[in-house]
Amino acid sequence: MSNRLSPFLAVMMALGFAFLYGPIASVIVYSFNASRLVTVWAGFSVRWYGELFANEQIMRAALTSFEIALMSATGALILGTATGFVLSRYRRFIGRYFFGALVTGPLVMPEVITGLSLLLLFVAMEQLFGWPRGRGISTIVIAHITLGMAYVSVVIEARLSAFDRSLEEAALDLGARPWKVFAVITLPLIAPALVAGWLLAFTLSFDDLVIASFTTGPSATTLPMVIFSSVRLGLSPQINALATILLVVVAAFILISARLVARTRRSAGS
Amino acid sequence: MNTLTRGDRWRRRAVIWLPYGWLLLFFLVPCLIVLKISLADQAMGIPPYTPLIADGQIQASIANYQFLTSDSLYFFAYGNALLFSAGATLGCLLIGYPLAYGIVRAPLAWRNALLLLVILPFWSSFLIRVYAWVGLLKGNGLVNNFLINIGLIHEPLALINNAFAVYVGLIYSYLPYMVLPLYATLEKLDPALLEAASDLGCRPAQAFWRVTFPLSWPGVVAGSLLVFIPMCGEFIIPDLLGGPDNLMIGKVLWDEFFNNRDWPVASAVAVVMLVLLVVPMGFLRRFLTSDRA
Repeated sequence: MSNRLSPFLAVMMALGFAFLYGPIASVIVYSFNASRLVTVWAGFSVRWYGELFANEQIMRAALTSFEIALMSATGALILGTATGFVLSRYRRFIGRYFFGALVTGPLVMPEVITGLSLLLLFVAMEQLFGWPRGRGISTIVIAHITLGMAYVSVVIEARLSAFDRSLEEAALDLGARPWKVFAVITLPLIAPALVAGWLLAFTLSFDDLVIASFTTGPSATTLPMVIFSSVRLGLSPQINALATILLVVVAAFILISARLVARTRRSAGS
Repeated sequence: MNTLTRGDRWRRRAVIWLPYGWLLLFFLVPCLIVLKISLADQAMGIPPYTPLIADGQIQASIANYQFLTSDSLYFFAYGNALLFSAGATLGCLLIGYPLAYGIVRAPLAWRNALLLLVILPFWSSFLIRVYAWVGLLKGNGLVNNFLINIGLIHEPLALINNAFAVYVGLIYSYLPYMVLPLYATLEKLDPALLEAASDLGCRPAQAFWRVTFPLSWPGVVAGSLLVFIPMCGEFIIPDLLGGPDNLMIGKVLWDEFFNNRDWPVASAVAVVMLVLLVVPMGFLRRFLTSDRA
């Protein structure tokens, strides 16, 4: 396409980006507001950051969410990589079509239904086998792995389908066993996609309110649940401070993974 | 690959069946349980529904579904969900198309940076992005304060807990999902087509409507489905930004479950929602897997 922006297009783009970033900017600016009233400016202050870190409920929830996201992302990475590998490399096995349909299920299912259905499963399992006894971190992790693996598999499959298979085939011809080819050749080649997939699964888990609310029990309260209940009660400058920290962390994550993607593009030559 | 040993075959089977088994147990079985419980009755105790098989007989009833049709609240909430989602999808398209098109036509050096700017909000917390709008729109919020300060209005406008706020929240939250597939199709368009159109005497605007837009149709459809389906089940946005008149079915399901503790009715709501969405979900699935051989 020709590299010319018409004035109309430039204005529309500027408005579009203003729409995307205006609200985020307002949250960040007002996190440094001295007033308790979130929407009335009363001078610069970082006191809400101090109060945020002193807020035990929020800190505990943040730790719980972090723990859940770490476990879910790792589980989702393992199962999602296996899924992506199966879909791109195993052309024929019994039930392949159904498997493909099943993988995209969690991607297209509305969250409220995923959450409700998993909760009903956990309750039924507890009735039948006595496990899981009550719900909490472990049931949220299972739910998040199910969601995350679907996303990871899309990332991994795209990567596996894009790269040159001749290296794998050469290694097989030279007598390497399939699992060795996977470990020594395939895995290093898709490493950036693995990192991107893990980060995606981590973010999905860390951010999820709906599925976690259904599948949790009294023992586990995640950060989105605390944010949600406090927003329902009214705005709080502490939440602005928390939002600002999360946004900065996410921006850093994105820049790192964008770097990684750019590097793989160069090394894959595509 | 025709010299697989026994161990290789065994490993291959494990690689297939580990994720397959996981998805059967934690995706397919739960869906079937929802269907089963939607046919049960609410009961006291744990779990709060009647068993499907009691005294050697199947105790299924469609009473919950009859209940859904008897109360206009449900009809209204389903209709609202579809209506809000359709309107907000159109809104995303109107804002997202120029954005995606502009990024494609921007100088090459800017393109990745601009794309990154679209992706960034998509990765940041959904809840916090909705929270930002609460601060902007509420009675003594930033928009009203600003308008009063510049003297444009004297009384705060009612900007929140109404349909307007729900539309804004939906469009804002799902915009990145619309831009990305649009960008992907627009980027692939061959510039030679536009040159040919211009050589043949087509004006730029005409060329856009007769060449670019029809060719970007797959991106339009994919983006629209990608935002429409999750919007229909949305709970957070109608809850935080909507008012009592802006019920959407995702919120009704949540309330049935958490407030009324009526699991069978919540399940029936979910089943009907799935039936309404199964056609768009099937199309979306085809788009998500269209690269697959």
